[in-house]
Amino acid sequence: MNGTVWIAVNVFRESVRDKVLYNLVLFAILMLGVSFLIGQLTAGQDMKILKDLGLASTSIFGLFIAVFIGTQLVYKEVERRSIYSLLSKPIARRQLIVGKYLGLVLTLGVNLSIMTIAFYAVVAYESWVLGPDAAAAWETPALDPAMLKAIALIFVELSIVTAIALFFSTFSTPILSAALTFAMFVAGRFSEDLRNFDEVVESPLAATLAQWIYWLLPNLAPFDVRSEVVYGQPVPLGYLALTAAYGLFYIAALLVAASIIFSRRDFK
Amino acid sequence: MTAKDTKTIVAGTVIAMAMLIAGAQVQGVRDDRDFGPSSREDSLYIASGSAIHRLSVGYHSLAADLYWIRTVQYYGGIKRRLADAAVGILSDEPLPTDYDLLYPLLDITTTLDPRLNIAYRFGSIFLAEPFPGGAGRPDLAIELLQKGARARPEKWEYLQDIGFVYYWWLHDFEMAAKWFNRAADVEGAPWWLRSLAGMTMAEGGDRSSSRRIWESLLETPDNEWLRNDARWRLRQLDAMDFIDELQARVDQLTASTGQPPARWEELVRMGLLPGIPVDSDNTPYILDLGRVRVSPESDLFPLPDEPKRPPPGM
Repeated sequence: MNGTVWIAVNVFRESVRDKVLYNLVLFAILMLGVSFLIGQLTAGQDMKILKDLGLASTSIFGLFIAVFIGTQLVYKEVERRSIYSLLSKPIARRQLIVGKYLGLVLTLGVNLSIMTIAFYAVVAYESWVLGPDAAAAWETPALDPAMLKAIALIFVELSIVTAIALFFSTFSTPILSAALTFAMFVAGRFSEDLRNFDEVVESPLAATLAQWIYWLLPNLAPFDVRSEVVYGQPVPLGYLALTAAYGLFYIAALLVAASIIFSRRDFK
Repeated sequence: MTAKDTKTIVAGTVIAMAMLIAGAQVQGVRDDRDFGPSSREDSLYIASGSAIHRLSVGYHSLAADLYWIRTVQYYGGIKRRLADAAVGILSDEPLPTDYDLLYPLLDITTTLDPRLNIAYRFGSIFLAEPFPGGAGRPDLAIELLQKGARARPEKWEYLQDIGFVYYWWLHDFEMAAKWFNRAADVEGAPWWLRSLAGMTMAEGGDRSSSRRIWESLLETPDNEWLRNDARWRLRQLDAMDFIDELQARVDQLTASTGQPPARWEELVRMGLLPGIPVDSDNTPYILDLGRVRVSPESDLFPLPDEPKRPPPGM
């Protein structure tokens, strides 16, 4: 088995052993609880709120997995000193980084797939409970396949966040890496504001600096099409492809940078 | 697992359960004690929708849902407290005298999610209706609907609702007709909006116009609450029609006897009515000094002030 794949599979197995997938139980309880309570609270917006909550929860649960596990990936190997035995094997350091990354992305993918199935199941149940009269007021069908577009972009966004977490974990402690990753996530959600910074500041230097930061930071806002799919707004496949391609390039850049930093680290 | 481990787990579980029960008991005692008036006043810590939009870090649809739930709870909570007070269930807290947070909550909700259709339609009805049914602010209802029309120009319903606020609450038939016409101009709007506009200009204040407007709201599939409100209003209009009929019979008896009847039984005895008249809530109408009214105990009470056209030349 290729070294990278071997590491990736081991990361996935380890995450299963570490009970990372237990969050699925929490997700299921949350969705079922909300579907039960929602009718009492929302004055007829049950389905819309259920979809909003389901899609936001997949994103938030995935974000926590990406940050808290991603920042531990390299650190744990160093802390347990298992890094020495790993590096003594015929595995390049860049393979270790890419393998760790792919392992966590695999974990996220499995996690997200199961959450998606659970989400659709709860939506189908709620749709059955509410009946066809309520459906007449919905902007989109209950089991709208377009929601998969939002979930696909959530997956790419989480893959970027995982790469950011892994990048920081190659040279920093887990707590600092988690803080920096969250900061990057928040900044990434607002980075589009930086593009138009010249309209609110007079200094050309500040505007240029803001432009540079805009290109440097991950632009995560375009990955959020949850509201569009819930309201049945079109999300063209071209948009999906370009946004995903941007994500893949950004991930590649982060993995290369992480590999360079990691290959220069001295573990003596 | 050894027997000692099992004992430890069982003992731990028992102690944890005992502590939880004890905590619940203490909480119950504290809740039952009177520690002075509680300060359950509703408040908004952040009043700016755009600030909350930023703070929600992209999860603004979910934040809008939470604010929407809060809006429903706020409105429903005040209605319930007023309803409790009406049947003599009073709490230590002073009764609310307005819905001052209703508009800010709706404004935040619609800033976070400008497409949330129900917030505009629910909001406009309950902002416009006078207290205690609503906030008594038709101006804010129109403002909210105009915000909705800017966010979703394809929604002719918002323009129709603006016309409705002008018609029903402000009794401004010219403006109402103008907004019905604007709604009719939107692509996909129903044909009857144009005739509604014409009817409003020609016969504004006529009960049949009111009925047509409420029927059109009843036809919208948006929300069961809105449909229930429209059904209730239509029942009120039916009651007003029936009161007119009853009043004519009462007046007939008054003219023949020289004095107004004090009880329904007098009309029944004279063959003017088959029995004591009841409304759709099964509550008897009231006969008060020769005037027929709906009972305050009926769910139809109070009947709305009908839009009245000023006499010609005024």
